Amino acid sequence: MRITQGCFSFLPDLDDVQITAQVQYILDKGWAVSLEYTYDPHPRNTYWEMWGHPMFDLRDAKGAMMELDECRKAHPDAYIRIQAFDDTRGFETVQMSFIVNRPSEEPKIHMQRTDFEGRSQKYAWDCR
Amino acid sequence: MHEEETNRPTHIDLAAEYEASGVAEVLRELDEELIGLAPVKQRIRETAALLLVDKARRDMGLSTETPTLHMSFTGNPGTGKTTVARMMAGLLHRLGYVRKGHLVSVTRDDLVGQYIGHTAPKTKDVLKKAMGGVLFIDEAYYLYKPDNERDYGQEAIEILLQVMENNRDDLVVIMAGYADRMDRFFSANPGFRSRIAHHIDFPDYTDDELLRISELMLSEQNYEFDAAAETAMAEYIGLRRTQPHFANARSIRNALDRARLRQANRLFSEAKGPLDAKALSTITEADLRASRVYSGGLDVDRPLQKEAAE
Repeated sequence: MRITQGCFSFLPDLDDVQITAQVQYILDKGWAVSLEYTYDPHPRNTYWEMWGHPMFDLRDAKGAMMELDECRKAHPDAYIRIQAFDDTRGFETVQMSFIVNRPSEEPKIHMQRTDFEGRSQKYAWDCR
Repeated sequence: MHEEETNRPTHIDLAAEYEASGVAEVLRELDEELIGLAPVKQRIRETAALLLVDKARRDMGLSTETPTLHMSFTGNPGTGKTTVARMMAGLLHRLGYVRKGHLVSVTRDDLVGQYIGHTAPKTKDVLKKAMGGVLFIDEAYYLYKPDNERDYGQEAIEILLQVMENNRDDLVVIMAGYADRMDRFFSANPGFRSRIAHHIDFPDYTDDELLRISELMLSEQNYEFDAAAETAMAEYIGLRRTQPHFANARSIRNALDRARLRQANRLFSEAKGPLDAKALSTITEADLRASRVYSGGLDVDRPLQKEAAE
């Protein structure tokens, strides 16, 4: 199942030119860019692994794209997302977050229904 | 003008392109702000012409490859290598060869790490920062230490070479240093020599040029020499050149800083009553003559003296 989240989730996947343009937009806004990846795209999994440090002092999107290439090389079958942090409030606020890489075969979100006391039911979702 | 199917121009007006690109402005700035350095200016003008023609050729679809623009600046200390590098960044930006036109100035310390596995991320960080601009590596020969084969500098060199080759349209690398040591560096690392197309040599300034530089530096800070001080400065330059650690314009800057110090001191001890703007901004002969350059050299080069100040 095609898993979507974050900005542009209703669009088809961005190609590298489009990603570069988005990253440049982030940098022009003065935000920091960072990369995160995960093999567990469950919606409740907010904390993805960081790929290196957030990049605070880039001027050009190419720098972040180089990191993205590295990350894709190391984790071709992971979900990778780019995030933009804005520090104007004194803490790093996520301004943008979008998926830039997904595995060739995506996991399914599976629903598990369990009977509980009485006739009530409990639901759980997991990726498999 | 008629529209081509491919949208490619059939004619190009180089003079108009030249004006529109803003290159003229950078070159004018170069002429005005830099005294002397005639061969350097000549090379930069040639490079600008090449890039402009190349841009026109690309617009017409005649060439597709980005020319190699990595450069090496060689010359003695204080001959304006960093200043020119900064202008180069502006020039390349106007010509559209670098996207952002900022200058990232680094030395060995910024590229080479202290332990195994530290160098690659450090170098890559610097490169990421420099993307879209100009990476200026000052005293580049320190990257290579032939006497220590385990030196991490080699790792930085390898990454640099790779990026210089693969990301030619993303950044321009300028290496700078003293001529003889750069030559040795290039002969030990043939990879660099072949990847750097433009070798620009910075000549030493003549005495006359240094005097004009000193006046320019002063006027930028709203100071001026009186007539006697100007002759004293000319004499100072002649003497300073023969003494050790002479660093062209940088020596002049230091001398002027010290002269300002002495001027301030003199005003404090001598002035009675109000001072006008002229008194506050005039460097007199006495402020310069107090320098020990006139009496034979720097104390640091003559051991067993009490003070190390000039």
